[in-house]
Amino acid sequence: MNKQQKRKLPPLAARMLYSIAAVFLSLILATLVMLIAGYDPLKAFGAMLNGAFGSANAIANTLSKSIPLMFTGFAFAVASKGGIFNIGGEGQLYLAALASAITALALNGLPRIVVLVASILAGMLAGGAVGALIGTIKAKLRINEVIVAIMVNYIVSLFTSYMVNGPLKAENSMTAQSEAINSGYLFSTIIPRSQLTSALYLGIGFAVLIFFLFRSTRVGFNIRAVGENASAAASSGIHIAATTIGVMAFSGMLAGLAGVTEVLGKYGRFIDGFSPGFGFTGIAVAVLGSNNPFGILLTSLLFGALEAGSMKMSYVANVSTNMVMVIQGLVILFVATPEIVSQFAKRKGGKRNG
Amino acid sequence: MDNLQYIFSFNIILTTLRFAIPLTLAAVGATICERSGIINLGVEGMMLVGAFGGVLGTHLTGNPWLGVLFSIACGGLVALLHAVLSIRYHTNQTVSGVGINILAVGLTVVLTRVVWGTDGISGTVQQLGTMSIPLLKDIPVVGALFRDQSPFLYLTLLIVFAAWFFLYRTKAGLRLRAIGDHPRAAATVGIHVRKYRYIAVVVCGMLCGMAGAYLSIVQNNLFVNNMVAGRGFIALAANIFGGWNPLGSFLASLLFAFAQALRINLSLPIPDQFVQMVPYALTLIVLVVVGRKAKAPEASGELID
Amino acid sequence: MLAVNMRGITKRFGSMTANDQIDFQVEQGEIHCLLGENGAGKSTLMNVLFGLHCPDEGSVEIDGTCIPVLTPRLAYQLGIGMVHQHFMLINHLTCLENIILGNEPGRVVIDRKQARQAVQALSDQYHFNIELDAFVSDLSVGMKQRVEILKTLYRGANIIILDEPTAVLTPIEADQLLAILKDMRTQGKTIIFITHKLKETLTVADRITILRGGKCVALLEASSATPEALARLMVGHDVVFEIEKPENAQGEAVLNVEDIRLLPNAQSTVSFTVHAGEIFGIAGVEGNGQQQLEQIIMGLLRPKHGRILYQKTNLLELSQRARRRLRIAYIPSDRLKQAILPHVSLQENFLLGNQYDPQYVKTGLIQTKQLKESTQRFMKQFDVRASSAQQEAGSLSGGNQQKFVLAREVSKQPQFVLACQPVRGLDIGAIKYIHSVLLKLRSEGAAILLISAELSDIFQLSDTVGVLYKGELMDIRKTEAFDNESISLLMAGRKEASADEQATKA
Repeated sequence: MNKQQKRKLPPLAARMLYSIAAVFLSLILATLVMLIAGYDPLKAFGAMLNGAFGSANAIANTLSKSIPLMFTGFAFAVASKGGIFNIGGEGQLYLAALASAITALALNGLPRIVVLVASILAGMLAGGAVGALIGTIKAKLRINEVIVAIMVNYIVSLFTSYMVNGPLKAENSMTAQSEAINSGYLFSTIIPRSQLTSALYLGIGFAVLIFFLFRSTRVGFNIRAVGENASAAASSGIHIAATTIGVMAFSGMLAGLAGVTEVLGKYGRFIDGFSPGFGFTGIAVAVLGSNNPFGILLTSLLFGALEAGSMKMSYVANVSTNMVMVIQGLVILFVATPEIVSQFAKRKGGKRNG
Repeated sequence: MDNLQYIFSFNIILTTLRFAIPLTLAAVGATICERSGIINLGVEGMMLVGAFGGVLGTHLTGNPWLGVLFSIACGGLVALLHAVLSIRYHTNQTVSGVGINILAVGLTVVLTRVVWGTDGISGTVQQLGTMSIPLLKDIPVVGALFRDQSPFLYLTLLIVFAAWFFLYRTKAGLRLRAIGDHPRAAATVGIHVRKYRYIAVVVCGMLCGMAGAYLSIVQNNLFVNNMVAGRGFIALAANIFGGWNPLGSFLASLLFAFAQALRINLSLPIPDQFVQMVPYALTLIVLVVVGRKAKAPEASGELID
Repeated sequence: MLAVNMRGITKRFGSMTANDQIDFQVEQGEIHCLLGENGAGKSTLMNVLFGLHCPDEGSVEIDGTCIPVLTPRLAYQLGIGMVHQHFMLINHLTCLENIILGNEPGRVVIDRKQARQAVQALSDQYHFNIELDAFVSDLSVGMKQRVEILKTLYRGANIIILDEPTAVLTPIEADQLLAILKDMRTQGKTIIFITHKLKETLTVADRITILRGGKCVALLEASSATPEALARLMVGHDVVFEIEKPENAQGEAVLNVEDIRLLPNAQSTVSFTVHAGEIFGIAGVEGNGQQQLEQIIMGLLRPKHGRILYQKTNLLELSQRARRRLRIAYIPSDRLKQAILPHVSLQENFLLGNQYDPQYVKTGLIQTKQLKESTQRFMKQFDVRASSAQQEAGSLSGGNQQKFVLAREVSKQPQFVLACQPVRGLDIGAIKYIHSVLLKLRSEGAAILLISAELSDIFQLSDTVGVLYKGELMDIRKTEAFDNESISLLMAGRKEASADEQATKA
């Protein structure tokens, strides 16, 4: 919708500066909120930093919190390259999480590698199917993908909720959750007794894969061509509908991995409503990382640190953990509003020079 | 026995109406906003801020009616943010809506802790009472509609009618509809497109604020973290299902609320989650079946300068 | 008295002068035709009059009053109404609502009764026959246009500008429109009619102003004009700036277009053949099926019947991808929309359409080194001025973009070239260059189909010319068998005038 606006893609450094300015602006506003509310922002941010990076365990926690966000960030970025606004990450990751949990439970007894790979693939397939459904509705019926994806999000997450409240509910469990997966089938932890698992490597691996996909392959080029200028892409022989559906399937798989890694990494089972909105936060992560996979690794780390540090901030400075969501919300708004951030960056730069 | 069943089914109607109130208010707001061509995914967040504002206003003044006014102001303020970003700064309207929703969840909880010192739940405040209408309340059966009902019920019905009358009978309504479909054509006949859009978005926020107040100080007497719980998106769905029309939005809200009422009052043989799916599934089906012929504003999300 | 008096209007866009010292006078109560080819400056002049463009020089008087600064709102207040080529109507509203929009009677609530009476009276007065409660989306194009005209009348317009109003109409609708316009004239309205069609100009106009290349070249009484004279004035004589077109031996048939229907209401289908070493020019005013022909050949539009034989295979049966392997070069008519990814580097733009060339992509992997090398080589060869192959394509000038597209397409060593409006919007230098490239391809034995609205293109490049009018090929002849006049008449749909001439069918 803002395509017509003359959008000059600045070089990487400028884009990074821009993202940093957006984060900086959000932190300033968050500080203001804290001041008005009568908190000590220095104390709060200090505690947050400490909670996020103060010890090996803190860092492990930060990294662990960043894992689902990097996947939903990738998912949004990949769809964006193809000109699609994938707000359906939430539904995709829920179905994927359920599928991987079911697979891991059903294959109980088989060798670890088989179960792990099968569960991951099952999750990706399920997430990809949800993505492909949205892509198909968009490509074949030309219906705006945003509203479809929101409806699908609710339908899918309610369905998974039904499954773990009903047929898949763990015996003797008070809460709605599946049976626990044999711990031998889960991602191994990188730092003992933390929630940081080898799923992190999977994330880094996919960052490299996505980077390579869009840099060096025909498929990646075709996706970008469709996102950039669909009619030119069509003139060059690219099948638009197939590309749209394909890229949404891939995007859904990536979002699915966010669910898979939570189930096979953090919880060892499917828990009803486990996602605090990873799909939506992923949008912020991707936009802030300017849809670059390595940028997304960095921004997911930032968001992970915010999450990880929030507990400490809460009990040291008495600020609600939800302050993190305030910051996240502000980041989204600022990053999506280039005019304000550029003005701010210019004024700051001007002052420094003068 | 027959009589008893009759009263029981009438109870269903009353419950449906009650559930429909917040949905209707927000859906009508969404209708007005989207009719101006501005996409508003922030309905959920605006409702949440309204719910919080209602409790806070009541807490500060001791008067729930002032609390309602406060919630309307809060919702309007958040909507103004959306309007400024979307219209003045060309922010992607979808992203802005997502950002507002996240911001609203964060901000309301942070402020709850500031005011009440508790996480995720506020202290209790005075609830907005019910009212009865003399004479009418004494009519058999139907009288229940006029006995011990929230003033919000009548306000909502009034707003639905007013919004319909505004859109289809007044000059400004005609212009608003024109703007959503073809802003450039509206501009060539001298209509101030931006002015109408600002007003439409803010009015939407005010209605969402009211819807939030209903949840917090009419149905309840406190604020709870994320208490809107997706009703904003159901309202958006109702707006689409109702064909971007205030009456349609109302009817769709009634339908969705009816499903909810059945869920609460009857032990249905269908799992709860499937009943909860009804609004989303119906809307998705309508979208897929009616497709591009749906009477969506044609220039949704399109800006002109 | 003069209703409109524009003097010395000059309007520049960047380096292009769209209007150059144009004088334009319209008497009250006349139908005044503004005649000219595409790009002659008609629309710019009318946008100045309607206040959409501010002229760089010149003055505007309306009804004898000098207006220093015009805005659309002021233009309306002065009684100027405009019917745009792309209707400014709202589909979901009724005719009545569309007409009164912005000027609704009533204070807050619309006084529908009064509105209906007022609009109905106007509709009756001018015999419009509009069904006021019908939704605009359900109307035919002709009816929509009447709603637009009624809209201007309702708003009190006395001077009504119609921008190419018959371009979108069927012949019957066009006749009805002309009748309505005459009726409006007798009731005292002043009408400015923008067109490039000679026949309707002579039917309806009182006076005619002709623009060519941004200048006013003539002001005539319609009664003294002939179609031949108008065509000559419109097209001009100065079309040929010399370029060497060597004799070239034609080879065998490369492309056979057989029995393809371009427009749904065309009376016949088109068939023609392009040979190796031949440039086949499709002349004609735009909107007569050129776009459809382009899209059908490139597989973006599927015709119901007919076939297109290329190297003995029917193109219509091939997939998009398979077509791209056939060494077909394609220069689309709208290069920004169809040939370029504006925010992507030139190097990657070079890949567009070459994705399946094993030279650039092997087993799905882009051969960056090879791609870069080719991009740079061809950019140099075709004199594309850019800082590097990494520059974004959208930041290039129009001429450089077109040279780039040409370079990319020629790099495919094509046997068939589809060149659509290849010089549109370019400066003379770039035009010459592109002409020379097309001629070089011809001498190398490529078959070239050139679709152009510019007669100068057609005459300088083509060996054979077909004239397209309303989706039909009016005539196909060797270029030498045409002259400016005969071709202009065919372009305007006048077959009979040239029928008696000796025709050498290609």
